[in-house]
Amino acid sequence: MLEFWVAALSLSLLLYVLLDGFDLGVGMLFPFAPDERSRRHLMASISPIWDGNETWLVVAGTILFGAFPLVYSIAVSAFYLPVILMLLALILRGVAFEFRYKAGPAMRRVWDAGFVGGSFVATFVQGTLVGAFAVELPIDGVHFTGGPLFWMHPLALSCGVGLCIGYAMIAACWLIGKTEGDTRAFAYRVLPALAIALLVFLALAFIIALNYHLRVMDRWLQRPALVLFPAAALLAAWGLYWGWKNQRDRLLFPCGAMIFLAAFGTLAASFLPYMVPFTITIEQAAAPQSSLEFMFWGAGLIVMPMTLIYTAVVYFIFRGRVSDADGYGSEHAATAPAGGSDKGAETAADSARL
Amino acid sequence: MPDVDAILLSRIQFAFTVSFHIIFPAFTIGLTAWLCVLEALSQATGLPVYRRLFDFWIKIFGVAFGLGVVSGIVMAFQFGSNWSELSRRTGPIQGPLLAYESFTAFALEASFFGVLVFGRNRIPPLLYLGSALLVTIGTSLSSFWILVNNTWMQVPTAFTTTDTGTFVPTDWRGIIFNSVVLVRFLHMILAAYVTTSFCVAATGAWHLLRGSYKAESRVMLRMGLGLAAVLVPIQLLVGHLVGDYVVHLQPSKIAAIEGRWHDEQPAGEVMFAWPDEATESNLFEIRLPAPFGSLIDSSSLTSKEIGITSIPLADRPPIVIPFFSFRIMVGIGILMLLLSWGGGFFAWIGELEAKRWLLWPIFLSFPLGFVATLTGWITAEVGRQPWTVFGQLRTADAATPTLHTAEVVISLAIFCSVYTLIFVFGALYIYRLLRAGPGPSTLPFAGLSNAKRPLALPGEAALPPPAE
Repeated sequence: MLEFWVAALSLSLLLYVLLDGFDLGVGMLFPFAPDERSRRHLMASISPIWDGNETWLVVAGTILFGAFPLVYSIAVSAFYLPVILMLLALILRGVAFEFRYKAGPAMRRVWDAGFVGGSFVATFVQGTLVGAFAVELPIDGVHFTGGPLFWMHPLALSCGVGLCIGYAMIAACWLIGKTEGDTRAFAYRVLPALAIALLVFLALAFIIALNYHLRVMDRWLQRPALVLFPAAALLAAWGLYWGWKNQRDRLLFPCGAMIFLAAFGTLAASFLPYMVPFTITIEQAAAPQSSLEFMFWGAGLIVMPMTLIYTAVVYFIFRGRVSDADGYGSEHAATAPAGGSDKGAETAADSARL
Repeated sequence: MPDVDAILLSRIQFAFTVSFHIIFPAFTIGLTAWLCVLEALSQATGLPVYRRLFDFWIKIFGVAFGLGVVSGIVMAFQFGSNWSELSRRTGPIQGPLLAYESFTAFALEASFFGVLVFGRNRIPPLLYLGSALLVTIGTSLSSFWILVNNTWMQVPTAFTTTDTGTFVPTDWRGIIFNSVVLVRFLHMILAAYVTTSFCVAATGAWHLLRGSYKAESRVMLRMGLGLAAVLVPIQLLVGHLVGDYVVHLQPSKIAAIEGRWHDEQPAGEVMFAWPDEATESNLFEIRLPAPFGSLIDSSSLTSKEIGITSIPLADRPPIVIPFFSFRIMVGIGILMLLLSWGGGFFAWIGELEAKRWLLWPIFLSFPLGFVATLTGWITAEVGRQPWTVFGQLRTADAATPTLHTAEVVISLAIFCSVYTLIFVFGALYIYRLLRAGPGPSTLPFAGLSNAKRPLALPGEAALPPPAE
C-alpha cells in the first residue's frame, strides 16, 4: 500500500515535471520568438493541454496531503514565501492564455509579461525547492524549525536557475516536434545553447554540493549503482545531439525527457528511504493504513489509470503540428489580412478606450 | 504558536482567496451543464440558434474557468502553507478527500476543458458532446468532494485521535455518505445552477432591452427563468434542511444566525436587528413573537432554543457577520423567487418582451446568485468559529507554528493586488463578451462547419459565412 503511494507520488511529480515542464519552458522562450506569428504558434502549441499538465501539480500535492500529511504540512509551510510566489506566478501565467487574446495592445503587453515572468518565477521556485530539500530542512520531528528565508542557499538557488534552463531546453524539443517554419527553426537555433548550458549547470551544481559537504554526496559514495542514472543521461544527451544534427524532430523530445527522468531518478534514489532527507522516512511520514487503503481502492486503482488514459487521449486529439488555425490566436490570424469590420478593428477601438 | 496577528492575517487571507475562488465554480458548475444542454439541443434539432448560444457562452466559460482553475490551485496549497497544524493532524482525513477531488474532478475537467474549447473540429460531434458532459461531471464531482471535506470540518464524524493529535479515520462511509453531506451538496449544486440561470436570463434581458439578438435572447430568458422558477423554491426548501442540521449539531452557529442571546422556550424570531456583543443584546430589534422561532428552527410550537449566552465565551462565534450574511442570502432567495415566478409567468404567456419594467430587474439580477452563494458560505464558515474542526480543533491551534506576521503581510498584499488585477480584467473581458452577444450563424454540426472563426463579431451577423 505504502509502496503504491510512493510510486504514485513519484509518477505524478515526474509527469508534472515533464509536462508542465515543457509548457513552462515555452513561456520562457516566448519573448525570444522571432515575431508575433511565432508567439501565437508557441501559445497554440500548449493552449489545449497546459491546464491538464498543471493538474499533475495538484494531484501530487493532494497525494502528499493524503498519504504523507506530515511531509505536506512541513514542506509547504517551510517554503511559505516561495510556494506563495510560485502559485501567484502560475496564476499570472494561467490567465494570460485567455486574457492575451481579449486585451488591447497595451494590456496584451501586461499579460505577456505575466506569462513570461510567471513561467520564469514558477520554474525558478520549483528548482529552488528541490535544491533546498537536498540541503536538508531543519526539523524537530514533526515541525519545521527554520526561518522564512532558509531556502536561500547557494545550491538551492543554482538549482532554480538550472531548472529554468532545463525546462527551456525540453520546451525547445517540444516546439521542434510541434511547430513548423520559422518557429521550428527558432527552436532548432536555441536548443544547442540550452543543452550546453544545462550540462555546465549540472557540473556546477555538483561542485557546489561537494563544496558544502552535503550529506547527499555521501549517499553517492555508498551507492555506486546510482551512476546508472547519469550514464542514462549521457546516452540521452548523445541522442539529443544526434537528433539535432540530423533533424530528427520526433527523437528530440523523448531524449530531453530521458535527461529529466535520469535527474529525477538520481535524486529519488539518493534520498530513499527518506522522504524529507535525512530526517523523516517514508514509513514515518505515512498516513494511517485506513487513509492509504481508502485512497488506494478508488483513486489509486481505478481513477489514476483512467486519468493516464484520458491524458493520452487528449494529447492524441491535439496531435500534429500547429498551424495558423489553431488556438486562441486563430481568429486574429485568419481575419487580420482581411482587415475588415472585425476583431482587429475592435481591438484597436478597445485599446483607444483603455 | 504563531502570534495573534499572523493567525488573524492568515484567516483574512484564506477568506479572501476562497471567496475569490468560489465565485468562479459557482458560475462554471451551472455553465457547463447549460453548455451540455445547448450542444445536445443543437445536435438534436439542428437549429442554428443553439449553436450560436453555445459558441457565445463557451467564450465566457473559458474566461471564468481559467480564473477558477488558477485560484483553485492556490487553495490546495494554503492548507499546508498557513494551516500546517491542521494539515498534519487532519491530513489523514482531509488529504484523501482532497486527493479524490483532484483525481476524479480536477484532472477530468482540466483535461477536457481543452477539448471543449479547441477540439470541435478534431473529433466527431457525439464525442464533443461527451467531452462537454465529462467537464460537467468533473465540476459537479469537484463540488461534491469539497462539500464532503467541508462537512467533516463542520460535523466531524468517524474518527479517533492519536497521542500526537492526529485524526485517524475509522469509517469512510460515515464520513462521505451522511445526511449532512447530502443536503449541503444539494444546496451548493442548486446554488450554482440558480446562479447560472440568473446570469443567462439577465443576459437575455439585457440584449432585449438593447434590441439586439432577439431570437437568442428569448431562448436565454425562457430557459434561464424557467429553470430558476423550478429550482429556487426547491433551493429554499433544501436551505431549510441545511438549517436543520445546524440547529441540531451547531447550536453556537444557529444562535448567532438567529441573533438569539438567551435561551427561549418557546422562542421568538428576530427578523432585523443590530446584534451588540458588548451588551449581549439586540439594538433596533424587530421580532416575531413566540413560537415563530421554535417553529422555524425545530418545526415545533414549544421547543426550547439555545441562546448565545448559554455557550461558553471561548466557544462563541462572531455574531454580527453570520447574522447579516444569513439575512442577505435569504433575502436574495426570496427576491429570486419573485423574479423567476413573475418573469417566468410573463414569458409563459408571451408578454415579457413588452414589460421593460420587468426586464430591467431581471437584467440587474446578474450578480444575485454570486452574492447569495458567498453570503451563504460566509454564514457557514464564520458561524463555525472559533473552531476549524467544529468542537475538535480551534482555529488558533490549526495555524502554522513558524509563521511570521511579516510573511503573511507580504503574501496577503500580493494576493490582494494580483487577484484585484485579474478580477478587474476578467470581469471586464466577460462584460465585453456578454455585451458583444452571440456571433453570426455557424453550421450546427461540428466537423462539417468552417469553425475557424468562433469569435467573429456581431457586426457580421448579416453577412454570409466567410469563404476562406
